[in-house]
Amino acid sequence: MTRALAALFKRELRLAHRIGGGAAIGIVFFLIMVTIVPFAIGPDLNLLARIGPAVLWIAALLATLLGQDRLLQADMEDGSLDLLRLSEIPLELIVTVKCMAHWVATCLPLIFAAPLFGLMLAMDVDALAGTTLTLLAGTPALTFLGAIGAALTAAMRRGGLLSAILILPLAIPVLIFGVSASAAASGGTIPFATPLLILLGLSLAAIALAPFAAAAAIRLLGE
Amino acid sequence: MWKYANPANFLRLANALIPWTGGITALLLALGLWGAFFASPADYQQGETVRIMYIHVPAAWLSMFCYGVMTLSALGTLVWRHPLADAAQKAAAPLGAAFTFICLVTGSLWGRPMWGTWWVWDARLTSVLVLFIIYLGLIALWQTIEEPPQAARAAAILTLVGVVNLPIIKFSVDWWSTLHQPASVFRMGGPTIHPSMLWPLLVMALAFTLLFLTLHLMATRNEILRRRLRRLSIMAARGETPVPSPEIVESAR
Repeated sequence: MTRALAALFKRELRLAHRIGGGAAIGIVFFLIMVTIVPFAIGPDLNLLARIGPAVLWIAALLATLLGQDRLLQADMEDGSLDLLRLSEIPLELIVTVKCMAHWVATCLPLIFAAPLFGLMLAMDVDALAGTTLTLLAGTPALTFLGAIGAALTAAMRRGGLLSAILILPLAIPVLIFGVSASAAASGGTIPFATPLLILLGLSLAAIALAPFAAAAAIRLLGE
Repeated sequence: MWKYANPANFLRLANALIPWTGGITALLLALGLWGAFFASPADYQQGETVRIMYIHVPAAWLSMFCYGVMTLSALGTLVWRHPLADAAQKAAAPLGAAFTFICLVTGSLWGRPMWGTWWVWDARLTSVLVLFIIYLGLIALWQTIEEPPQAARAAAILTLVGVVNLPIIKFSVDWWSTLHQPASVFRMGGPTIHPSMLWPLLVMALAFTLLFLTLHLMATRNEILRRRLRRLSIMAARGETPVPSPEIVESAR
């Protein structure tokens, strides 16, 4: 079973790499988000440094949610999702592996790019390190929550926007604690560890619970 | 419970109940509004604006109660496959959205004279806003998926996922220090509201609950009739002649 799951993981990565530019498109989207903000609010470096963590987090949230329909839709269309369902491996594990591969393909590049883009927002070293760390801790929660939305809307032709609407309210706590941890990293009244630990808890809870909801959605909607 | 799995039985029950619940709702609303606007005193600090409370607080309770009803219906759909559960769930979503909207608007109107602002981003307000967005998402999901059974399952799963928000709303005023005041009716050591203000509030809460019940029965009945109509029109399109059922004729009257 482990070998089958490893093969699935590799297949997902290969697909993400070969179709639609893979990680590059996510990073370009991220870059555009970071570029738009100074145009919208003016190039005041102090202000940019202050809202930098929030901008990086919103960009990561949107990049994750808008790319989420790729998780299941292609497999649904070409029928490979049916084959995966017929296999002996529990659907929950398949969803988990697909999410992990999706996270590696889409979120990990964003996390590597975040310090670089943070420099463009005039963030100092503490804020950069803190934001990168919180993105590393928090984006798994976004990917796994997004899997629920992707599963609910997989059968629809234009499910991407609806999926984002369904999942955004659930992603708000992740955003709150992610941004407050980033703010705590560059000086503040609360210690950095408290919001970071809550963020890790949210991620772990999402990893543990979301595959069940997503698998149930795939099973029930496929009937 | 299974007796009303038959839609005809449910329609009969709903038709019998709706005049009664509707009538009692009207009486209680009249009594509650009279109590809220004439019989109860103005607050010594807030003045007349305290009367917003008699709309705001029941609407807030109902916004959560309605989600509770939807959660039970979602369990009914997924666990027991009860055929009426998804009709009840679909009917409850717009009602919940409406009560949440009333709660947000009246809260905003009340916040302006009391806090000096229409809106603050504190935990209670934000979590209720999230509840509102979840309701809208559920309605959107219902409208996007064409096949009712599939839409029912998708909505049921999302309802169960979204239920994590309910305890956050309830306890947000205790966990975080918010501008919104903590609970003052259902709390350890009894309510902190004076009886002259408490009774109109409780009457209004009861009236809102019965209003929800009446509207929910009516909306569920409409949903059953809508599905039957859908089935009949599919049959008609195929050229089959459906047997006219007495309940449709009766309830169309």
